[in-house]
Amino acid sequence: MTTIKTPRARRARKAGRRHPLASVALIAIGLLFTGGAYAAFSTSTAIATTDASSQQTIAQGEKLFAANCATCHGLSAQGSSEGPSLIGVGAASVDFQVGTGRMPMQMQGPQAQKKPVQFTAEQTAALAAYVASLAPGPAIPAAELLDSAGDSANGAELFRINCAMCHNVAGAGGALTEGKFAPAIENVSAQHIYEAMITGPQNMPVFNDMNITPEDKRDIITYLKYVEDNPSPGGLALGSLGPVAEGLFIWIFGLGAIVALTVWITAKSN
Amino acid sequence: MTTITTRESTEDQAVGVKKSGGFTASAANYIDERTSISGAVKELGRKIFPDHWSFLLGEVALYSFVIILLSGSFLTFFFQASMAEVVYEGSYAPLKGIPMSAAMSSTMDISFDIRGGLLMRQVHHWAALLFVAAIGLHMLRIYFTGAFRKPRELNWVIGFILFILAMAEGFTGYSLPDDLLSGNGLRIIDGLVKGIPVVGTWTSFLLFGGEFPGTDIVGRLYSLHILLLPAIIVALIAMHLLFVVVHKHTQYPAAGHTNQNVVGYPVLPVYAAKAGGFFFIVFGVVMLIASLFTINPIWNYGPYDPSPVSAGTQPDWYIGFADGAMRLIPPGWEFVWLNHTYSLNIVVVLAVVGLFIVTVMIYPFIEAWITGDKREHHVLDRPRNAPTRTAIGAAGVTFYASLWAAASSDIMATHFHLTMEGVIHTLQATTLLGPFLAFFIAKRVCLALQKKDREIVLHGYESGRIVRLPGGEFVEVHQPVDEYERWKLVSYSDFKPLMLRPNAQGKIGPAEKVRAGLSRWFFEDRITPVTQTELDHAHGDHPAEITDK
Repeated sequence: MTTIKTPRARRARKAGRRHPLASVALIAIGLLFTGGAYAAFSTSTAIATTDASSQQTIAQGEKLFAANCATCHGLSAQGSSEGPSLIGVGAASVDFQVGTGRMPMQMQGPQAQKKPVQFTAEQTAALAAYVASLAPGPAIPAAELLDSAGDSANGAELFRINCAMCHNVAGAGGALTEGKFAPAIENVSAQHIYEAMITGPQNMPVFNDMNITPEDKRDIITYLKYVEDNPSPGGLALGSLGPVAEGLFIWIFGLGAIVALTVWITAKSN
Repeated sequence: MTTITTRESTEDQAVGVKKSGGFTASAANYIDERTSISGAVKELGRKIFPDHWSFLLGEVALYSFVIILLSGSFLTFFFQASMAEVVYEGSYAPLKGIPMSAAMSSTMDISFDIRGGLLMRQVHHWAALLFVAAIGLHMLRIYFTGAFRKPRELNWVIGFILFILAMAEGFTGYSLPDDLLSGNGLRIIDGLVKGIPVVGTWTSFLLFGGEFPGTDIVGRLYSLHILLLPAIIVALIAMHLLFVVVHKHTQYPAAGHTNQNVVGYPVLPVYAAKAGGFFFIVFGVVMLIASLFTINPIWNYGPYDPSPVSAGTQPDWYIGFADGAMRLIPPGWEFVWLNHTYSLNIVVVLAVVGLFIVTVMIYPFIEAWITGDKREHHVLDRPRNAPTRTAIGAAGVTFYASLWAAASSDIMATHFHLTMEGVIHTLQATTLLGPFLAFFIAKRVCLALQKKDREIVLHGYESGRIVRLPGGEFVEVHQPVDEYERWKLVSYSDFKPLMLRPNAQGKIGPAEKVRAGLSRWFFEDRITPVTQTELDHAHGDHPAEITDK
């Protein structure tokens, strides 16, 4: 609040502050600010999408879309009973789904599974440009957010708090209900990890920039890349699955070896 | 070949002491004159142990325990059992600058900054898994061969208590590093304790020194883990081994094996050398596993924080059955009465698991009561020759295995592309119905095997040779079983269901009726061992078997 020193003015202020409509005005101002800020944020993420792609790329993407995606998503990406609307999902979403091979989907199931990528990088970019041209949405992240040079300790902590309950602390994946699952995040490119966070593919929630800032996302990617690049200090990691893998290993290989040795030791010499 | 004990070895030594005055001899004499140890050596050295691979499983457990003691002592030099908050500044980058407890921080230091620390941690943990696994397999061997019968019932109980204590050791150790996984495990224990009606909350507060997780629990578990539990375990192991010496070792049925003798090697020198060497083999296997395979990567789990829970959070394998039991309880088993919540989902688990554990522990007494068998048994049963016991065992194993498998329901779902619900429902069915099915199948298989044995004893093996007799008749020539093999096949005791007899007052009590009923259930279906008369008759009937050789 600004302060005005003259007693007279202060009195006028007081009267104004106690005006019956003051609280209404205050709420209106508050709403205006938050709404404005939100709008500013969401448009700022969308800006980058359209200007990078020329009309020609968009036209190419539209053709690819009509040939490969429209069966389920509708001719103008409006969605159908077989697939959701893609208006407003943004380039990041297309790049993730098509770039990891999840789309075009092989079959209907609890969730789309990874498979060999079906389109070239250029075609994927064209599809992304077309979908991004329909309505603003999350853009493909800038390269400086994907350099895995952030703070891995911060990233690890954020990962444990936000991601590990589905993806496991080491990113080895985990089960969800009714046949759905959180996939393993080993050998997933930084770009796709980032896009997954901002678009929330399949059953994953969206972690937007107000939830986890772009810097924090970079830290998370840094941690995941650290785990990927540095082999487990203890030796083979047994899939990083935790005690189940360890128990299975000791029963089958540990005790198996021991029993084989007991048989050898007690064998009668010929 | 197995040999009956001889005194040669020890007598040779005794003679050697007098004759040659070498250093070994005089040193042995020096010690003997001051400790009279030769008596003990003479007695123990001539102790006979039968040789069979399955008799070494208990030894594996013992050796794993020794490895655990050795590696554990190393770890205590560096571990700090404190929940005081420190900031990690060690060499593992993704945890640098993260606040954590001193326990976690010192475990990280053991793993990354102390020479050989990580290897010792992994040796300790792998050996612990092997310890409990070896105990489990050892117990199964004892059970299915009937080695728990008189006079060994008490030793079964001691062994079973050791199994429980081993699990307690494992769990307290699992909880010490204060990483995310161990904290989650403790949280489940806290939930279990709080679910106990009336006393639950108070017990939990007592255990954790206030609201979970508090700052006391690691220190308390540490005292249990390195002092109290190991002391009790060592004492019980001593008793367990003493009983083995007192009772003498059991042996499998074979030619010349009776309840009055033990056929095998004397402890000195053969058995001691073998057993001593076997220790190093077990140590070697554990070392190899520990140096090649990661176990409990606490650096992935990070420090404990009550908010995150990782996917794939499980206890170590031996607590899995309890974890699985809780996963199998259908949702909604709770009710509120008089303003208190009663968690049947926890009470039922505690009751069922508790009942299962107690039943297994007192099984020798139950069986002895049902069979009314008061004889001593030193020759083991072949599992097929005690069909009902084997079937009960199979049912118990199925029940345990279903609970155990349920602890990995999520891993099964992801790795076999199944639905979690499907896995859980299947395991609920196998938990409830599987034991009955297993009982029936195991019993029928046992009886069928017994019939086959009987057939072999009476008629020999089918040789596949068809001979035409002078009269035109075709017969298949049977290869008679040799005498050694026959001993094994026919030497088992036959039981008949108990007869209901009135007591001194001429009355039949209800307990006796129950007992007779159970005894009938136990022995109703049985294949009697082949008698000498049957054997003679069988040979008389089939002259072709013996004449054609």
